[in-house]
Amino acid sequence: MANMTLVKTPMPEQDPKVRARNFQEVAIGYTAEMAIEEANRCLGCKNPKCVEGCPVNVRIPEFIKKIQEGDFKAAYEIVTSTNALPALSGRVCPQESQCECRCVRGVKGEPVAIGRLERFVADWYRENVNAMPEKVESNGIKVAVVGSGPAGLTCASDLAKRGYQVTVFEALHTAGGVLVYGIPEFRLPKAIVANEVAKLVSQGVEVMTNMVIGRVLTIDELFEMGYKAVFVGSGAGLPMFMNIPGESLVGVMSANEYLTRTNLMKAYDDSYDTPIIKSKAVAVVGGGNVAMDAARCAMRLGADNVYVVYRRGEAEMPARAEEKHHAKEEGIEFKTLCNPVEIIGDENGRVCGMKCIRMELGEPDASGRRRPIEVPDSEFILDVDTVIMSLGTNPNPLIRSTTPGLETNRKGGLIVNEKEMTTRDGVFAGGDAVTGAATVILAMGAGKKGAAAIDEYLKNK
Amino acid sequence: MFKIVRKKELNSAVTLMEIEAPFIAKKAKAGQFIIFRLDEQGERVPLTIAGYDREKGTVTIIFQKVGFATIALGNLNEGDYIRDFVGPLGKPTPVEGKKKVCVVGGGVGCAIALPSARAFKEAGAEVTVIVGFRSKDIVILEEEFKAVADRLILMTDDGSYGQHGLVTQPLKEMLEKGEQFDEVLAIGPIPMMKFVALTTKPFGTHTMVSLNPVMVDGTGMCGGCRVTVGGEVKFACVDGPEFDGHQVDFAELMSRNATYRNREAQVKESHACRMDAMGKALIK
Repeated sequence: MANMTLVKTPMPEQDPKVRARNFQEVAIGYTAEMAIEEANRCLGCKNPKCVEGCPVNVRIPEFIKKIQEGDFKAAYEIVTSTNALPALSGRVCPQESQCECRCVRGVKGEPVAIGRLERFVADWYRENVNAMPEKVESNGIKVAVVGSGPAGLTCASDLAKRGYQVTVFEALHTAGGVLVYGIPEFRLPKAIVANEVAKLVSQGVEVMTNMVIGRVLTIDELFEMGYKAVFVGSGAGLPMFMNIPGESLVGVMSANEYLTRTNLMKAYDDSYDTPIIKSKAVAVVGGGNVAMDAARCAMRLGADNVYVVYRRGEAEMPARAEEKHHAKEEGIEFKTLCNPVEIIGDENGRVCGMKCIRMELGEPDASGRRRPIEVPDSEFILDVDTVIMSLGTNPNPLIRSTTPGLETNRKGGLIVNEKEMTTRDGVFAGGDAVTGAATVILAMGAGKKGAAAIDEYLKNK
Repeated sequence: MFKIVRKKELNSAVTLMEIEAPFIAKKAKAGQFIIFRLDEQGERVPLTIAGYDREKGTVTIIFQKVGFATIALGNLNEGDYIRDFVGPLGKPTPVEGKKKVCVVGGGVGCAIALPSARAFKEAGAEVTVIVGFRSKDIVILEEEFKAVADRLILMTDDGSYGQHGLVTQPLKEMLEKGEQFDEVLAIGPIPMMKFVALTTKPFGTHTMVSLNPVMVDGTGMCGGCRVTVGGEVKFACVDGPEFDGHQVDFAELMSRNATYRNREAQVKESHACRMDAMGKALIK
């Protein structure tokens, strides 16, 4: 009997006041009862629109049906038949613009909470079964994957399932890419990422950390070492700055630096050695998910006031509604229609304020969003001691600059054909390294397509 | 894990270690750096490469025990392991096409001036080396420099060894006498590099300096190491670490490098207290 409630079964969450000062996960997760209750809202459409919206085509109504039946293991198996990393995507996917926005239940009321259910089955499996996948018999063909973020992990997993002998090269000391250095613990616990990497290793994938491809080995050297194809999933790691006066003051940093210190280096934990600036008032400049992550970390690190400074309005912010909502609940103040013009320093070269100007929205620009225009004589000083620039990132040039014949577009993204192959034979690419900064799930989708393309390429060789 | 295969104390504060890191040893060039992380809780710390042995597959680092991480590293011994060791990072010292160069090293900076001096020599340049130390007891690598340099000038601040004075004095004298260098490369404390650059500027001598800003990943990702060079923002980890000394904003670099100084002092103090307490407990 379908549950015809118009709203989603609520997700249990930590109280905003409490969680704003700790790094534990915000959303606690459904119990089995809640999951079944929510699963019963799914009508099991014969022609499911939700699946079309999923970059990795999770068989959504099928896995939800298994939850209805209480067969969570079967549900997990259906999910993982197309999605290697459900514990991650269930947490960080923008479901509202992919699967859930197509759900028929969303016509009147809220759609089925597909993301929460995906997370539930992944967590249930990890906590109750957690069988490490078996190694498929090796076909002896070596494939190199550069980068262990969502694109690289997905690609490696799919290739390993097809019998390839895969080595993943990671530049940092821990595998996971943006999943470990960027996305905070309170949105994606690092133990979950580590468990996914462990699964990969049990599938026979070799993960080599501390390997900066482009420096320690070039792509050409990988081929010389016997790798028959290379997948580049090196992400978009290079942070942008505004080029306004005062950006080199002590207390101004990129969101990448702030998040890396906090998440990868665990600066919030006193037993770790990496320091992070102790702030009273923090301005995070930008309106994306990364800006929300940085602002919410700043609050948890003990700041009294945290502002998100964005030049357009709140409706135009690219961050997910859920992230904005969580940030506001935790006491973060949005300063929208407001743009920094200068960062002000004290006599010691440390930030003591940020001069901003008010903005208003004019005609739509090339992106279709209304262009922000400065309001004359509207400057004011925001009283902050830390400024975090979260303006987006560009692909890292290290690989393209050390690989002859690898062409990039105007923004530095690797150019690939419809088969995910770059302008170099046997070199494939996907994720942010191709598209520029995007989402985890799109990178996972690209990793999946990359694995299929590599398989086809090597079979026809 | 990366094995320490050799350890040698060069003076009371400076230690040499040879680390087994075959991939890095194969690729390393003078001027590049590595990042190490001692253990799971450790910081990522950049150190410029002091040498490498491609056959043995080892990389040499020489470091001064000044911060929490370098003190802890200095406490390790031959046969111990370092958790993470990544590199080679940054751009190598450009040595091609230079006929006559002067390499200036200050204190522990001499450790990384040596491979660059050697690289210049191997590329066919005539190499003058000026090294400076506070006093005789902390002089390092004298024999190694003698083997590489066409002319070696050793200075001490207190005159206890070599010539009395700062590295900028002989440099200035040479330039005043009309000696021409295709390049002066200075590696050492920031004030030293700054004054070397100020010394060569009136003579228009191309001067490079090797910078050591605050860094996290070392691959261009965090931007913590940004320095202003000729009014432009550069990332030392990918655009450097060597830059035109006449263009570097040294004051900004000094200020940025002090970002975590208070915290480092606190940590050292609490660590010292911890060690003290442990010592006392042991005596009991």
